[in-house]
Amino acid sequence: MKQIKIYFLAFVLLSSLSCAQENTPAIETPETVDYTHTTIVEGIDIPWGMDFINENELLVTELSGKLYRVTKGVKTVITGLPEIYLRGQGGLLDVALHPDFKNNNLIYLTLSATLDGDPGGNTALYKAKLVGNTLKNLNLLYKATPNTKKGQHFGSRIAFDGKGHLYFSVGDRGNRDENPQDISRDGGKIYRLNLDGSIPEDNPFVSSSKAKQAIFSYGHRNPQGMTVHPTTSAIWVNEHGPQGGDEINKVESGKNFGWPIITYGINYSGTTITDKTSDPTMEQPFYYWVPSIAPSGMAFSTSDVYKGWKNNLFVGSLKFEYLERLVIKGNKVVKREKILDKIGRVRNVKQGPDGYLYLGVEGKGIIKIMPL
Amino acid sequence: MKSIVLIYLLSLGAFSSFLFQNKTKKESIKAGSEIYQDFCLQCHLSSGIGVSGVFPPLKASDYLLENTNLSIAGIKYGLKGKIIVNSEEYNGVMVRQGLDDEEVADVMNYILNEWGNQTTAFITPNQVSKIPKSLVE
Repeated sequence: MKQIKIYFLAFVLLSSLSCAQENTPAIETPETVDYTHTTIVEGIDIPWGMDFINENELLVTELSGKLYRVTKGVKTVITGLPEIYLRGQGGLLDVALHPDFKNNNLIYLTLSATLDGDPGGNTALYKAKLVGNTLKNLNLLYKATPNTKKGQHFGSRIAFDGKGHLYFSVGDRGNRDENPQDISRDGGKIYRLNLDGSIPEDNPFVSSSKAKQAIFSYGHRNPQGMTVHPTTSAIWVNEHGPQGGDEINKVESGKNFGWPIITYGINYSGTTITDKTSDPTMEQPFYYWVPSIAPSGMAFSTSDVYKGWKNNLFVGSLKFEYLERLVIKGNKVVKREKILDKIGRVRNVKQGPDGYLYLGVEGKGIIKIMPL
Repeated sequence: MKSIVLIYLLSLGAFSSFLFQNKTKKESIKAGSEIYQDFCLQCHLSSGIGVSGVFPPLKASDYLLENTNLSIAGIKYGLKGKIIVNSEEYNGVMVRQGLDDEEVADVMNYILNEWGNQTTAFITPNQVSKIPKSLVE
């Protein structure tokens, strides 16, 4: 009888280990809700990227190819954009103001483009000068190759480390077997450039003639959230895993984040991609989500606007339609909470110059979270 | 002589239909399956059941099976706003995927004939080309 019990326990243990388990800590619903929200601009279907000119003015990208200047809730279309390849998840992606925008009026855009080469497209990074409501001096800083008609995984987010570098992401472009693990190919990478687009001398692969020298880290799947840590200046990204296995990664120079050799996720069809979740030569995620939340956008709250949210990390969930608040202690996520549950697909989150959190919500527009 | 002309015309017809080969339904469904993996599955899932209240189902979907032209228009031009699918309300945004008419036809044939969905209709690129944007505006 004792033996049967042991077998039974072993069976329970094994079967619970073998299926994808929900990762801890479990998501919570807040006990007290001491905040509300207000829509600051409507009528932007997929508000993919945004950045703030000042407290009353921001730039917002719409995936379909429009760049808006929003001034006190009124939106104006900005003209002079480069040609955009609209297919699948591609389109006009992120926008970011140059750290010295006040003096030079420069902005950066990521978008999907064809330009030269094969039919199809891949992610491009542009710099341009915002003059009135027109982009001038369009300057292509990077274009991932080759073009492909695949619809997936263009990335892309832009962030700055405050030390003269720009980082941006390109997803694996639906070619996981060739792109993410090969540093001579684009896709599945975080890139690092100087603000003028040149390649920093201390990039990890500058001495390799075969490598794409703009690469900073590799083995990524589809990073659609990126921000700089307020005190360490490290670049944090979140990326969509396959089914299960979305990740937060702290990117580091030359490191391999494992996709698709290691992952906590499985194929959408339910079949496995790999049985490996770790490898000594590859980085573990800082945090991973099982089940997937489909993360997009990422921001730290550094202001005192909200009670108890300072230094928390915020991530949009496209799939479950809420904003996720992650409390980090030491090197660990110790608490997760749903903010504005059922608000809609949260595509983006940013902290404004006023210290408030702003969300890009699909089908709605830009929403500001207000403390009560 | 008449019969020679007739044979000539017939064979010309057969030859040109071979040259401008339109896919068979089976071929179209197969091509559509690949388009589906690439563009649709992240939201509508491989089972076609979608996510209740967020992404409408395609499997046994009254909206899809009873509104072929509207469904084509949704894929071709994108779709937003309120729709009712199997008595449940959806109020989301499906962006235009940038598929050409042939790809739209293929993926329509796939979703109309997968997961137990069945239809005698065969969607052609020509039919897709005639679907106006006004349907979804």
